[in-house]
Amino acid sequence: MKFSESWLRTLVDTQLSSEELSHLLTMAGLEVEGLEPVAPQFNDVVVALVLEVVKHTDADRLNVCKVDTGRGQPTTIVCGAPNVAVGLKVPCALPGAKLPGDFTIKIAKVRGIESSGMLCSAKELGIAEETSGLLVLPADAPVGQSIREYLDLDDNQFELKLTPNRADCLSLTGVAREVAAIAGAQARLIEVPEVVATIDDQRAVMLDAPVACPLYCGRVIKGVDARAVTPDWMKRRLERSGIRAISALVDVTNYVMLELGQPLHAFDNTNLSGAIHARMAMPGEKLLLLNEQTINIDGDILVIADDVKALAMAGIMGGEESGITLETSELFLESAFFAPKAIAGRARRYGFGSDASHRFERGVDFGNARRALERATSLILEICGGAAGPVVEAKAEMPARNPVRLRTARATKVLGMTFTAEQIAKLFSGLDLSFVREADDFLVTPPSWRFDIQIEEDLIEEIARLHGYDNIPAPAPRGPLAMLVQPEAQRSQSRIRQLLVDRGYQEVVNFAFVEEAWEADFAANSDLIRLANPIASQMAVMRSNLIGGLVSNLITNLKRKQSRVRLFETGRSFHRDTAASPVVGFNQPWKLACLAYGGALPEGWGSGARKVDYFDIKGDLEALLSPAKLIFEKMTHSALHPGRSASVKLDGKSIGFIGELHPEWVQKYDLPQAPVLFEVDFEAVKTVSVPVYGEVSKFPSVIRDLAIVVDQNLPLQTLLDRLKSQLPALIQDVQLFDIYTGKGIPENKKSLAFRIVMQDTQRTLQDSEVDAATQNLMACLVQAFGAELRA
Amino acid sequence: MDNLDLIVSEARSAFAAISDPDALEQVKARFLGKSGQITELLKGLGKLPPEEKKTAGAAINVAKTAVENALNERREAIRKAALEARLAEEALDVTLPGRAEARGGLHPVTRTLERIEALFRSIGFEVADGPEIEEDFFNFTAMNTPEDHPARSMHDTFYLQNQDGTIADKVLLRTHTSPIQARYMKAHVERYGQLEKMPEIRIIAPGRVYRVDSDATHSPMFNQVEGLWVGESVSFADLKGVIADFLKSFFETDDLTVRFRPSFFPFTEPSAEIDVAFISGPLEGRWLEIAGCGMVHPDVLRIAGIDPEKYTGFAFGFGQDRLTMLRYGVNDLRLFFEGDLRFLRQFA
Repeated sequence: MKFSESWLRTLVDTQLSSEELSHLLTMAGLEVEGLEPVAPQFNDVVVALVLEVVKHTDADRLNVCKVDTGRGQPTTIVCGAPNVAVGLKVPCALPGAKLPGDFTIKIAKVRGIESSGMLCSAKELGIAEETSGLLVLPADAPVGQSIREYLDLDDNQFELKLTPNRADCLSLTGVAREVAAIAGAQARLIEVPEVVATIDDQRAVMLDAPVACPLYCGRVIKGVDARAVTPDWMKRRLERSGIRAISALVDVTNYVMLELGQPLHAFDNTNLSGAIHARMAMPGEKLLLLNEQTINIDGDILVIADDVKALAMAGIMGGEESGITLETSELFLESAFFAPKAIAGRARRYGFGSDASHRFERGVDFGNARRALERATSLILEICGGAAGPVVEAKAEMPARNPVRLRTARATKVLGMTFTAEQIAKLFSGLDLSFVREADDFLVTPPSWRFDIQIEEDLIEEIARLHGYDNIPAPAPRGPLAMLVQPEAQRSQSRIRQLLVDRGYQEVVNFAFVEEAWEADFAANSDLIRLANPIASQMAVMRSNLIGGLVSNLITNLKRKQSRVRLFETGRSFHRDTAASPVVGFNQPWKLACLAYGGALPEGWGSGARKVDYFDIKGDLEALLSPAKLIFEKMTHSALHPGRSASVKLDGKSIGFIGELHPEWVQKYDLPQAPVLFEVDFEAVKTVSVPVYGEVSKFPSVIRDLAIVVDQNLPLQTLLDRLKSQLPALIQDVQLFDIYTGKGIPENKKSLAFRIVMQDTQRTLQDSEVDAATQNLMACLVQAFGAELRA
Repeated sequence: MDNLDLIVSEARSAFAAISDPDALEQVKARFLGKSGQITELLKGLGKLPPEEKKTAGAAINVAKTAVENALNERREAIRKAALEARLAEEALDVTLPGRAEARGGLHPVTRTLERIEALFRSIGFEVADGPEIEEDFFNFTAMNTPEDHPARSMHDTFYLQNQDGTIADKVLLRTHTSPIQARYMKAHVERYGQLEKMPEIRIIAPGRVYRVDSDATHSPMFNQVEGLWVGESVSFADLKGVIADFLKSFFETDDLTVRFRPSFFPFTEPSAEIDVAFISGPLEGRWLEIAGCGMVHPDVLRIAGIDPEKYTGFAFGFGQDRLTMLRYGVNDLRLFFEGDLRFLRQFA
């Protein structure tokens, strides 16, 4: 909320400076977001009357003027403004004046004629962006008065960022009350005398929906001049509150809303027929609003209607047809209380909001409706003339203001500092909270303007706020010491990330919502989780894997001339799954994905030119999960090259995929080379086994090498699986150390060389046993795969 | 005896002329071999009369020792020379860059997160996690924000579509990390609720959150870290103490001022906004909004099954991205999500 400081100061008596006031408001929970002077610094500018205008003999565009600045003799001023004319009142900067932009006015000759000052435009005074000519002041402006004083320019515009619970401060009165309470100052709230009816015209009011609208005051005012000019002081206050002056009637309703916090609405009385009803909308009802939007009014919307039709969305926006215009001479003025629950969310549903709905959905002081109506009436009569009829007030059951109990001991416990009942009594009195004391308990009845005091904690907050959050101590915390659980079978996220960092990967964080195309290309996902309200089409669906983001990061970095890229991300992926928990329908497992592109080693004198490939990233993945042993099974995945991709298995369960990006995507995404990548379940990576001791043999191990020739297409894993199933106990390890194809090996065959490690924990192995075991191994390979010993 | 001196000096000069170890051994044979000069002389001792034997033998042995010493000296000299030659040959340009694999780095926000986790773990806070597609109930209702509550307009929430294209009304992308609190408290009560005295809850809950907002200071996805401490005597003063300690530890300086000012969140009462101002540095003197916090609203405790009369607690929510920006002087939030290595490598 914006407001003028000088207006506020008319309502509360305080010696605080602007800065002090600003700090006080912020620290009371009414955060000051802006504090700006309404005009820049300047001095010695006064109201002047133009007495004489004569063309300058030496310059076409200049006039030589005689002006009265209230300082005795008329002053001669050369002026270039096109709108200068005899009889106008304009601002005049006197010699010695300093104008914005560090511009000093001196007595100077302009084309031979001495000019003793300058007549000013609004722009020259820094109070408007653009102007065409001199700022013309009203005819009754007192000649000689300082323009700062006359236009009330020694004022600041405050802007508050109010939290939704403090609707009571959406008015000058509310802010003044708050300042008074916190600064211990005196509020000078305006007196509103009753306007006595001088005509009998009135309309009956029916509360057809008494919970939504329990109070409605209305009155007819006839013979108003809608074209009357809004007084400057009112315009100024409106403008400094961020509200544009429109016409006198509208300005008055806005003014009273700002002043007292009560939104008002004025109907053109001649467009109404019969009684006024505050009722829920009827099926099929439509309304053309003041914002020229025609809406179908939902059944849960409160409307103001006459006997025939809906006139307005109550507390939100008036209707175009029943609204006032410059031709209006007869008003029906409304001041009502609409329950927050009946207003909340409605305007948002239709995609707009208004100052009225903003206030009503947060809570408007229901003790104030009548007063606001009287205030508006008297201002209208003063500005637009006319005669007012009697106030018709319909009232049902008003919102309850149940007493809230505050226990002094509880306040002490929650705030962590001791308060006495006497201290609390003093704080509550300052806030105009009426209470009854029962020993150290307070039974507080919140005032009609406070909608945020419902439970004891609300009062505790008031105590803390008034005492000052700054004045509550900040001791070192105390609590029972208990050691945190540290499961040894779990690695921390941090440890896992660090492993990847140590292997050269840079962490990235990507958005969880991605382009639809990524889901098709990199996940073949057709069961998309779409956002209902994405901010952009390329952020419209939830990702089911992390690949798209990494590929996109790669593209970004290639554009920035990064030739070697290693990236990883940890984050959730999202999948529709009716069996999912904890959120039914959506499985959201944590994933870890890596992408590698460019040289196998960073470019350098000693690194060679080998490009990163499947086996590099596979090595990284194996190291990441070590000591667990992974199994890789050939698979197809929409993101990956079908001949260079595998499913990653741990303990027989698939935990992810690995491979080279599919050539089709390499081409589509314009990549000079294929990246290799993997994605695995983060949970699987986190889990590790707790070590179990096994005896270390005291006897020497024996090593035998075995080179065999098998079909080229035989996957190594198949061979190892077979061996594993028949391995004699003394064979500790079988390791592939060489693969060879080419000269000496038949076509479609490959040579595999294994190193076999044999050992017994109880004795030294005999040569004969070793030979027998090797022969057994060979026999098994011959039988299963037609292997031949390499010559 | 002149003869002996002659042999020794002859041996010395013969050894000195040789720089090859094998050749040296051959020359050695000339003096000390089976039929070497010294050996021959020793053999000849037997023919001498016994009274001369002793003195002649002693003299020959002196000469033999002298030859052996000369040989060893020469051997050592040749070995040293060979080593020197090898070392010179093997010398590298030690100023060439190392061949090691490049090291990667953590994302700056993760770096911050790890510090935050470590600091809070040091005073007994565990790390909790929760789903990002969240139930409306945990995101709002359990956080005391019923439907149509004006506070809901503070969050511009991302909603999801059902498979048939309609809007899913029970789920959303979480707008804050607070639902993790709600879930954690519920689970805690299920586990310990029957006890006369529940153990304390002390957690922090970091994570990605989502709001319909995008400009230089807002990202539609950003990171928050939530904290919660519930116990039998947890107070607002404790909240202030923990936060002040945290900020000083996180920024590693006492040169900052922390202030708490009243604010509003549906899930805390009293509520506060936390501002920090640095006493020196580029941000000197400016109040920077850094977190929201407050005492857990009794309704939030009640919804989780905790008796607010018996237990009180505080909660806070920091903008992890904001803390990171302040810590490292990053001035544009969007940099965190662009994956630009030139930016990210600065935090390696």
